[in-house]
Amino acid sequence: MTIFIPTPLRSYTAEKARVQANGATLAHLLQDMNSRYPGIRFRMIDEQGQIRPHIKIFVNQEQVRDLSIALTNSDDVLIVCALSGG
Amino acid sequence: MQGKGTQLLIGTRKGGFMLKSDNTRRKWVLSKPILLGNIVHHMVLDPRDGKTIIMAARTGHLGPTIFRSFDHGKTWKEVEKPPAFRKAAEGEKGLVVDHVFWLTPGHASEKKVWYAGTSPQGLFRSEDSGMTWESVNGFNENPMRRKWTGGEQDQTPDGPKMHSILVDPRDPNHLYIGMSSGGVFESKDRGASWNPLNRGCAADFLPDPNVEFGHDPHCVRLHPQMPDRLYQQNHCGIYRMERGEGTWIRIGNAMPRKVGDIGFPLVLHPRNPNMVWVFPMDGTTVWPRTSPDGKPAVYRTSNAGKTWNRQNKGLPEKDALWTVKRQAMTADDRNPVGIYFGTTSGEIWGTRDEGESWRCIARHLPHIYSIEAAVTAS
Repeated sequence: MTIFIPTPLRSYTAEKARVQANGATLAHLLQDMNSRYPGIRFRMIDEQGQIRPHIKIFVNQEQVRDLSIALTNSDDVLIVCALSGG
Repeated sequence: MQGKGTQLLIGTRKGGFMLKSDNTRRKWVLSKPILLGNIVHHMVLDPRDGKTIIMAARTGHLGPTIFRSFDHGKTWKEVEKPPAFRKAAEGEKGLVVDHVFWLTPGHASEKKVWYAGTSPQGLFRSEDSGMTWESVNGFNENPMRRKWTGGEQDQTPDGPKMHSILVDPRDPNHLYIGMSSGGVFESKDRGASWNPLNRGCAADFLPDPNVEFGHDPHCVRLHPQMPDRLYQQNHCGIYRMERGEGTWIRIGNAMPRKVGDIGFPLVLHPRNPNMVWVFPMDGTTVWPRTSPDGKPAVYRTSNAGKTWNRQNKGLPEKDALWTVKRQAMTADDRNPVGIYFGTTSGEIWGTRDEGESWRCIARHLPHIYSIEAAVTAS
């Protein structure tokens, strides 16, 4: 499926804004992304398996917080770096 | 570094920088920002090989990580496994590394070992030059950790810190750590077990001033030529401990009353264990922690804290409300020694005559967190 990558994470994807990865759940998708782009998962997901505070993940424009959510190949996954300034 | 100029590694809230001097230390050249926009807490040269630099970084959005350079800072690459706490068991609240705060190269005999201190307080060790990091479970999983470090209400405003990781140059198994909050702790078995080392140190913010732990050391230093002597700039003053005596002595009592002995950094002379520099800040009323009366000055002792001399020639004489953080003051290894400090307002000041005179060597930088002189093992 297609995943939109925000600018702070594009150093991992050779500056690509959209990448392809697979997974039956969001957790599996993030694992697959990490195998393709090593290190990217830990910048988004902490060691307790939680989405980090300023990262938001949307599946088909619905924000998700649970990594066990099921995905299909036609889903659009959007990763956003939320407000964090100063 | 003799005859080669001095190089400063600077961590700021918006990236890393390198500031290099010529041999005279009169001319300084600032690098382009390294990883612009990253929050760089610490950047340290490996004194054992003189070329590896390790950097602790995160951004406002992304989790904490570590970058390495093997070419004196020209190129950087993220490590494979940054410090992270153990994943908690079901129903247990696990710890999360917010940022890597402190980096210390390991013992000279352990060429690939590094230590990292995190916020919240955690200790991690790498045995492969920083590529992968493992929890030092003797601390992180210690049943006493929660009591040693306190609860969330006991922490410093920008997060609890583990800092001042010190390795005894005589014994790689002998370690010290400082924690804000928590106090100074010692391990004699490479981190497998720890004991508090706070006797004699004030904890004015606690009801019992003689507690065993819970103190707030800001910066602890061990002199490599006299490893049984420790100094610390504490939340509650400046202290020295001779390990044979086992008690912290408040050497800050000899500071001028109007200036006080509150501050963050403390810097040692590389060859003279009796010579120390501090940067006092205002610890009265609501603790502004800016230069007292707006008149910044460095204070130096040449006799291990019996007396202190004010060193402010060249520094602003008024209206300079500076704050210098605990990692933002350092010494080079030249003769005479150069001392350098960076302010949260983005200026770096230096002396090439051991504090007798100062001048600004860089300005307009972001909020400075740390400065390390790139000192190589002799």
